[in-house]
Amino acid sequence: MVAIELERLERRYGERVALGDVSVRVEQGQTLAVLGGNGAGKTTLLRVLAGLLRPHGGTARVLGAALPDERWKLPAQVGYVGHEPLLYRELTGRENLYYHADLHGVPHARIDTVLAGMDVDDRADEPVRDLSKGLVQRLAIARAVLHEPALLLLDEPRANLDPAAAELVEPIIGRASGRTRVLVSHDVEGALAESDVTLGLRDGRPAPVDAELYR
Amino acid sequence: MIAAARTILRKDLRIELRTKESVPAMVLFSITVYVLFHFGLDRDSLDGALAAGVLWVTLLLAAVIGVSRLFAAEREQGGIDGLLLSPVDRTALFVAKASALFVFLTVLEVVAVPAFGLLLLGPGLGGAFPELLAVLALGNLGVAAVGALVAALAAETRAHELIVPLLLLPLLVPVLIACAQATEPLMRQEAVAEDLGRWLGLLSLYDVVFVLLSVAVFDFLLED
Repeated sequence: MVAIELERLERRYGERVALGDVSVRVEQGQTLAVLGGNGAGKTTLLRVLAGLLRPHGGTARVLGAALPDERWKLPAQVGYVGHEPLLYRELTGRENLYYHADLHGVPHARIDTVLAGMDVDDRADEPVRDLSKGLVQRLAIARAVLHEPALLLLDEPRANLDPAAAELVEPIIGRASGRTRVLVSHDVEGALAESDVTLGLRDGRPAPVDAELYR
Repeated sequence: MIAAARTILRKDLRIELRTKESVPAMVLFSITVYVLFHFGLDRDSLDGALAAGVLWVTLLLAAVIGVSRLFAAEREQGGIDGLLLSPVDRTALFVAKASALFVFLTVLEVVAVPAFGLLLLGPGLGGAFPELLAVLALGNLGVAAVGALVAALAAETRAHELIVPLLLLPLLVPVLIACAQATEPLMRQEAVAEDLGRWLGLLSLYDVVFVLLSVAVFDFLLED
């Protein structure tokens, strides 16, 4: 079954084309690696797939929902780890997860499971502003998988994680999770190793994944 | 929708209790303005129309601070994305933000109105207290509905601190007129509830119109 199907997708910011002519097809359970330099359109693509940005041209279907008209179907099925952790700094990690659990209708018992899985349960009652970037990233991942989404949209998910933490999150957001994933990473070799489909982007347009991609 | 609104409201109140960024600033601003009026007008006490005008203009200007900060956590910490990534009706966000602002205004008035009575008001407020409460409650509802709408509109703009007062204050002119007119007789030396029903009716109508309008357009304000 097709999880993501993009056909000549286009997204602009004013006159500037941030994404153009992007076509890709990802089956359920597969991983799409999106590669490209800074400003290539990777984050824009993730935000379109999450339903946070409207496509301005082409067609996009994500988990059967046609974007943008049916994007209301997405939030319950999508977990998003972006540049921002989407956590309130003044609240504790646990309070943040309670908040997101309540918005998603997730039982609170699941929070303890997720916190233990991310090995942050002993620091979960401290305000997020007092935590290191690595711990905040673990909490952001916990937030993203709290509602057990079918699709994970991951923008540099291992940023700020030490090797032990990166190993810890592997069964949760890695290939072993069995979920459909879209992975943005600057670790080209690592991303290629764990992907089934690859999309190179340069100035918002598809480009071959080679040494030229980052020039 | 109500459960989601309650969740967002609880979060907003908890953050305000911890940061103390909005309500203390609103209270301090109001008291400072009353002190300025005290010296600027060179009068120990006010009554009637002047007292009502000073009270309401100060409260509405203090409300601008609360409205400017209403989406601060969302704007600065990606909370809007968090909400848009949740299966929540966006109306819940409007209800929560308007409710939070209503609470902020109520706390402001618990301090600012007695302070106004002590610093500037000639006649006592005791006899007209229930009528004044009704005016304050309906005024707060109107400010909360319009304030949440304007705050959402300004949230994603770079010049939000400029946009909030420029949009909010003109929209609040009817609230100012109705509240000041309803309050004026209550602040005369011989307090009477003159034309109170008419002005409360106008305030109620304003509240209903802006609550409905806000609910209708709020979804579109959060579009990219």
